[in-house]
Order: sequence, then structure tokens, then C-alpha cells
Amino acid sequence: MASSLVPEKIIKEGLPDSTLETVVPQAEVQRVIKPAPPRYRNEIAKYIIRRSADCKLCGKCAEICPQGVHVFKPGYKYFAAPHQSVCIGPACKDTGHYCVDLCPNKALRMVENPMMRVLGDYRWTPDLILATWKMAETGAPPPPDYGYEYECGNSGGGFDRIRFKFPASPPLELGPDDIDTSLQLNRRNDGRPQIKIDVPWYGGGMSYGSVSNVTQLSKARAAVAFNTFTCTGEGGYMERLRPYDDHTITQVATGLFGVREETIQRVRIVEFKYAQGAKPGLGGHLLADKVTPSVARMRETVTGISLFSPFPFHSVYSIEDHKKHMDWIKHINRHALVSAKVSTPSDVDMVAVGSYSAGAHIVHLDGGYGGTGAAPDIAKKNIAMPIEYAIIKVHDFLTREGVRDRITLIASGGLRNAHDIAKAIALGADGVVVGTGELVALGCLRCARCESGRGCPRGIATTDAELQGQYTVEWGSQRIINLYNAWRIELVEILRRFGMRRVSELRGRTDLLMHLDYSNDTEQAR
Amino acid sequence: MPDKYHIKTQPIPPRRPRIGKVGVVDWREDCANCHNCVKKACVFDRYREEMSYIRGLREMDAVFFQCMGCFSCVQQCTKGLLALSANPVYERLGNTYWTPQIIETTWTQAESAKIPVSGAGYRGRFSGPGFDSMWTDMSEIVRPTRDGIHGREYISTAVDIGRKPALLHFDAGNAASGLPPLVDIPMPMIIDMLPRGYRLPNLLPVIKIVAAQTGIIAVIDSKDWQLAGNDLDQYLPNLAMYLDTSAPLPGRELLIGMRLVEISDDGNAERRVHELKQINPGIVVAVRVELDSGGIERAVEYARQPFVEVLHLVADDNGNEIGEKKPRFIKDMVRSVHNSLVESGIRNEVTLMAGGGIALAEHMAKQILCGADLVTVNLPLLIALECTLCRDCNDGLSCPAKIGEIDIKYGVGRMTNLIAAWHDQLIEVMGAMGIREVRRLRGEVGRALFFEDLEEATFGKLFGSRKNN
Ligand code: SF4
Ligand code: SF4
Ligand code: SF4
Ligand code: SF4
Repeated sequence: MASSLVPEKIIKEGLPDSTLETVVPQAEVQRVIKPAPPRYRNEIAKYIIRRSADCKLCGKCAEICPQGVHVFKPGYKYFAAPHQSVCIGPACKDTGHYCVDLCPNKALRMVENPMMRVLGDYRWTPDLILATWKMAETGAPPPPDYGYEYECGNSGGGFDRIRFKFPASPPLELGPDDIDTSLQLNRRNDGRPQIKIDVPWYGGGMSYGSVSNVTQLSKARAAVAFNTFTCTGEGGYMERLRPYDDHTITQVATGLFGVREETIQRVRIVEFKYAQGAKPGLGGHLLADKVTPSVARMRETVTGISLFSPFPFHSVYSIEDHKKHMDWIKHINRHALVSAKVSTPSDVDMVAVGSYSAGAHIVHLDGGYGGTGAAPDIAKKNIAMPIEYAIIKVHDFLTREGVRDRITLIASGGLRNAHDIAKAIALGADGVVVGTGELVALGCLRCARCESGRGCPRGIATTDAELQGQYTVEWGSQRIINLYNAWRIELVEILRRFGMRRVSELRGRTDLLMHLDYSNDTEQAR
Repeated sequence: MPDKYHIKTQPIPPRRPRIGKVGVVDWREDCANCHNCVKKACVFDRYREEMSYIRGLREMDAVFFQCMGCFSCVQQCTKGLLALSANPVYERLGNTYWTPQIIETTWTQAESAKIPVSGAGYRGRFSGPGFDSMWTDMSEIVRPTRDGIHGREYISTAVDIGRKPALLHFDAGNAASGLPPLVDIPMPMIIDMLPRGYRLPNLLPVIKIVAAQTGIIAVIDSKDWQLAGNDLDQYLPNLAMYLDTSAPLPGRELLIGMRLVEISDDGNAERRVHELKQINPGIVVAVRVELDSGGIERAVEYARQPFVEVLHLVADDNGNEIGEKKPRFIKDMVRSVHNSLVESGIRNEVTLMAGGGIALAEHMAKQILCGADLVTVNLPLLIALECTLCRDCNDGLSCPAKIGEIDIKYGVGRMTNLIAAWHDQLIEVMGAMGIREVRRLRGEVGRALFFEDLEEATFGKLFGSRKNN
């Protein structure tokens, strides 16, 4: 098939280079890790210490606990509210400073927080949410003491049943600094720029309208700090994002909301959204309540009227049409890379090869179980295949067609942590797009109310003026930077244990994986 | 443009307190009585609503559980006195097949008639037993060629029930035999009899109106016929009488008015069909085949008989093979009947209706993909009336949901809303699949993805054989 493809040509067009100049000075954001404590007064902890009436206020517990759970301020008569979430739980028993044992009056008791039962879901378990919060707070993976099981969710299939087979000791001793996690995005050799990102992931499209200004800007700043990208989604290009042009992907979706030549020319990557994993075969959907005056202005629509993007692109019926589309963008912006975001139907492998022939630099597969602002439940659960299958199919097919090394394969749709990222790469992706993880870092707990009324009660996926004031861009950026850093540490650790110098060596190494439901191997000690 | 099938709906609020998944536990003892209590800040105004709810209570029969589970109040309370807890009443809803989520979404759809929409991506398990072991596919992204590109308003959900002969026979230029009768209904669903234990006496008058208003058909047992009311004449086109082995032949007026009738699968089926057709040659007769261990074979055998035009394949309430320890599931059983008829080249000689375990709109689409022409539904319509499937009625106890006391308007409204929401969801998935007619969805496994196949083609290739667990 590869031979039947139209040979690649660089379009010689007459656009002056000057339209491409970045006119807005670009923001610099340092990759500095510092604590970004949770923004709520009471944190949700996995274990809680209950204090009974037997407490004689001797202060011993406050004195011995190195985590500082018990708050007994000098001059006060009673304990202040404890910092439950820093308690390391049952792991404390063997440390010699376990307050429950050391309390002379046996007034303390440790229980698992009953609220864990109502937090999270099969895909995002309570442990995974709490661990992600911890990473966003500290910038490092949570210490094993906490006992969070956060490497997998509990969905019973796909990533959640796949494990790495680590060798007993690395075949090659490497230090963290010897390991390169960067990813090259242009493999076409078509004269367009080589764009390299420092981590093998970038931020998913979340439109202004589905999330707040503050959320979008926080994502953008973290993208700058890690020399990677964020994406505008399909709701138009906010002026406030201009200082982040160099790290922003702008989306051209079926609704063409807010797409202008000028916005296409600002960026280094343009993404065509053919479909979205959470609602494949259906267009985007912004419910009336969220179309506030400012959203309507950005999208050039009417306040309070629901917005539907059609499915599919009504101008694309064939690979040739697909190519025409890409050429249009490549013509408008001669330096941009083009990504095709598609979902995962049974012929996803054909779609991927088609995208390559049409001229895409990146094919981005968005699996069925990914995040979204609002989608019909019937679509989220039932349409198109989970991303795990799609990665394997597409990687294989591109390889057989002989074009695997000329296109960048990006996967998304339910990738929650560094382990999912590494597994996706080992299954055959070059890199991934993340979305929900960033929102969780900002305090999302997946209550699924993003679409209702004024929007997210936690001020993340909302454009309600009052609700979105719950946190600042500084705090939000730091949380996402911290999360990215923790993920990177974990990814480096995985590569180190395999003795790999580059993340690209992990790609397609399914021989390093095992699936708990299959006969291949038994799980080895971690 | 011809008239579009459209179901008129209006919101019908529940009679009983809502049962949410989570509730707030308030340890009041230590409360600091802050002036700025977080309860005022609940974005959903739940606390204020709770106060007015408690004030309006006539009896203390339930707790207030309408919290949306955002944890904001819990995390902001000055003294950390609030906690969320799982609602035990919610967790006890239904059973392992008819899960609390199924009951809850059925209630919301019966109230609003809307397609359930939510944020934050998919939250459930990767796959599961029964209908959860398949996905529907979507149309090609860059080559949406199936039915071309079209709007939702062009999607047809109508089906014909009856025999569709492959050939017409001509005799001297005239059709040698008349065309067999067909019953057409605007969506691929009929209302089946409720399982015995759930047949509360006041439901049939409601069901008959729902069938007429939505243009579909309700099957009513001849033994319960009296309960449906005295004004049945106008409803006959939307009713189908079920005759079991012992039931006498119904009167002529009834048979002339009805379009569809159903008989049990026993040795007398052939004689029955002839008797019925003698009175009304235009009536379509369905044979009800209970899918027990010999069900599939019987169904395939019946399909070969010239007197059979419709088979109604029925699994148990949970979609399982009847009376088996290791039962097969309805979708797989219907698929094997369908495949065997396709192989014999007689698939269009019979219409397959499939029921038992159809609990959500997605099951309707998936069952049709697996070879049924249409589905039959019963328990969801009862759940629409706020039934919790507690089964008290089966044991002769009084119904805690007081379904015996509902008024007609409420009952008709709730059931109609549910059917409308299912219809819209069917259009939604068909739109995504790029299929314009539900008749062409039947057996279209090219638009279905099966868990076993995908696992085999991907993980199976990499990791060996799948363990049985
Ligand atoms: S050690 Fe025990 S008695 Fe002393 S302050 Fe702590 S809980 Fe109270
Ligand atoms: S509404 Fe809930 S799920 Fe949606 S972003 Fe906010 S916290 Fe997350
Ligand atoms: S958890 Fe959220 S929805 Fe529930 S009562 Fe508290 S603030 Fe309201
Ligand atoms: S709520 Fe219980 S008693 Fe009432 S109809 Fe339903 S199963 Fe029967």
C-alpha cells in the first residue's frame, strides 16, 4: 500500500514568512518544583485518627508524630483540626512512633476513612485520586509509606490488567540524568521544523467554555515549563493564551468555532479534530448553561444556546479530501506540524494510514474511555474501542505498511498516570495526550457534574465567574508542573529498571509486558 | 418530507423522595455555628432544599439523599464535621443484573424524557458480562460511506413484523399469492407481559395507553385481558393478545381488531395459527419460544415451518438461558439463531423479537446488532414508576413504592418518557454508526465490536491464551 501513496511534496506557496512571526513576547515559566498545598481546608485522607473522650490532652501524640498530624498549638487548650492527610496509615505501626500505641490513655484509634467508598470510580480509584493530589502537592511520587495503590485503576481490563516484567536488576546501570524522555514529533522529513518535547506527553484539548480561563492558563504554563504543548480545544483561541503561542496547539474541529487564519498562523502545531473518543461519531456538545456571554463572543455564537459541532467534517469523504484539508492548513501556516485526532472504530488502522497519506505528522488516537466535558452516557460507554486495543492494531498496521517511522503515534483516552503512559508506549505509541490527570491535579474528583447548571462545583470546568475564582493561575500551574514532574520521575524509574537510555527504546516493547488474564507469564515482584 | 415519528413528552416528577448515591453526614455536636457556613455555599443548593424537604414531610419514610457528591462542603467546613457516605438505600436498589445505576438512570429518564448526559468521561468497568462484552462501532472517520452523511432527522427506526418473502411468484402476470401481512411499528420495541409476580392489577390500563400513544404494541396475556379496561376497541391495533396452551380462541371482534397475536410454543402451534388466520387472515401470529436448554434448537426448527412468521425469543428476567446452571446470554442465543437462519437462507422468512434482560437503551441497539429485528421490554417500564425491584409484590406483600396507587397521567407520562428517551438514544448510536435504518442494523456485526474478538486479535496475539476466570 505504501507504494501506492502519492509521493510527498512540499507545497511551494506564496505566503510571506512574516505572517508567521510570533508577535507577542512569549512567557517563560521555570520548571521549579515547590509545594502547592491543597486548596481546601479539610483534606480527604485515606486513614483517619479518631480521638476519644479519654484524651487527657497530655500532648504526647503531637510531640511524637513526625508527620505533624496532631495539631496542639502552645497556648491553646484543645487540639486544632488534625492534618489527617499526612498520616501514613498502618505503615506507621512499625516505626516506633505510632501514636495509637504510644498514647498513655489509649485515646486514639486509626480507621480507614469511610468516605473512600464514595470517592472515585472503577477507572479513577480513590487511591489514584489521592495519589495524584499528593503528586500535585509535592512534585514527587507519593512515598510508599502511604500505601496508595495508584499504578492501576480497578476497571478489570486493559491497562488495569497489564503489568511490566522488570528484570531482577537493570541490564545497564543508569542514573536518572542519563535517561532521555524527549519525543520528536516530526518524522516526515518534509522540511517542516523538528519539534521536540521534553516529555512524551502533551495536554489535551479543553476548550474555553468547557473549562475556565484559569484552568486553560494553568495548563499552558505547565506546558511551557516542560517544553511541551497544551491545546485550545475547539472553542477558539483566547487572547490571554497569546504569550503561550509556541506551546499551544490550536484545534480545527467540525464546528470551526473561533478558527481564523490568524489563529492558525500563531502556532507550531495544528490539530484536526475528526472525532473525540468519549463521543465518537457524535459532534462536540456544549450545553446552553455554559454558553455564557464571554463564551459566545469567543465562539461567535449566541449566549444561552447549546452548541453542537456536527459529525463528521462535511467536506471530508475520502483520503483525498482529508489531504485537501491538511494542505489547506499547511498552506496557511508553512511551519506548522499537522495532527489528525481520530477516535477508535474497528478500522482505526486504515484511518491511521489514511491520515499518514493525507500528510499528517501526528496521528492521535482518542480511545472510547477518555474524558470530556459532557457526553451522552450511552456514547461514553458503548461506542468504539478502548485505546489499548487501538494502539496495538495501529502500531502493527503502520509497521506492516512500512510507514511506522514516518509518523508520530499519539494515544489518549483514559491515560491516568505515568504507568499508563509507559504501558501505552510499550504497546506501540510514541507518546500520549493527558487531560483528566491535569484536572485532578487542580482538585477535580470526578464527580461528573461538569455539565450541570453553573458547571463544576470545584471551579475547574466552569465559566461561571464566581466558581472559577476558587484558585489562581499560579497555584494551578504549580500543581500541574508538580504532577508532570512526579510522572517524569516515575517514567525515568521505569526506564532505569529496564536499562533504557531513551523513552523511544520502550516503544512497541510488548515483550516487556504481561497481562494478568493471559497465560504468558506470572507477575514478578515489583 | 413525511411526518416524523415523534413522541410527545413532558417532565413527570417522582412521587417519592429521590434516592441518591451519596448523602451528607453531619456531626452536629461540635459545630462552631459559623456565620459563613459552607452549607450556604453548596453550588447545588442541597442544604436549603433539604430543609424545605424535611419541613414538607408528612411521614418519615426516607432520608434526603440528593447530594451531588462534590465534596466541597466536606472539605471546607471550618471544623471538618461533614462527611459523605454511601447511601445504603441506593445500594440496595435492584439486584446484581438490574443494578442501582440502571434503576437510577431509568428513573431519571422516566422523569425527564432526556438522554442521560454527564461529564468527566467514562467511569465504569472495562467490560463485563452480557451486553457489556460488546461495543457498537462508529462510521469511518475519513470515509463516512455507509449511508452517506445525514442528519438525525433522516434516521428511521421503523420495523415490520412478519414474513418478508425473498421472491414473489407470478401466475400469468399476476402475483400468485398475496403478500403476507406485516405489522409496522415506528420503533423496534414492543412491550412484553410483566413477569408473573409483578403483574399489579392497575398497570394494564396504563400500558395500553402508552402503547397507543407511542405507536408500538403491548402484549397482554388473555388471562389478564379483563384488567385492561372496558374501552379496548380503540386500542386493539396496539395490543397483542397472548394465548397460552390452555387459552380458548378469542372472540372474532377482538381478532379482527388486532394486528398481532402471540401463541405459546407447544404441539398445537400449527393448528392455532390456522384457526387464527381463518378468522383474520390479515393478523400476524408470533410464536413465543422460551429460551431454555432446548430453546435455540426449537426456535430454529420453528423457523423452518411454513406456518411460522414471527418468533418471540424470551430469556429470563436477567437475559439468561432459563433454568441452566451455566446459562448462555440472550445476545449470544439470539445471535446463534440468527446465524443459523442466515446460513439456511431463510432469515427473512421470520421476524425475530427478543426479550429478557433488556434493561437499557444500549441493550436494544446491541440486541439488534446481534440479530434480533426488535426487542421486547417489560421491567424497565415498571421501574419507570419508581419500582425498586424489591420483589415484595412477588411475595404477595404490599408494594413499598405504592405502585397500586398511581394515577393514569403519572403512569402514562413516566413510561412514555422512558420510551422517548430510549428512542433518542437509539438514534444517537445509529447516527454514530452511520446507519440510517434500524432494519439495516439487524445482524450488522460489522458495526459491532466484541470483547472476545478484540482481546484475541490484540492481547491474544501478544500474551498467549486467555485464562478462564
Ligand atoms: S497522647 Fe493520647 S491523651 Fe495525650 S493528647 Fe494525644 S490522644 Fe490525648
Ligand atoms: S464537575 Fe466534578 S468531574 Fe467535572 S471537573 Fe469539576 S470536579 Fe471534576
Ligand atoms: S458535597 Fe457538594 S453537592 Fe453535596 S451537599 Fe456538599 S457541596 Fe452540596
Ligand atoms: S417496588 Fe417492589 S413491590 Fe413494588 S412493584 Fe416493584 S418489585 Fe413490586
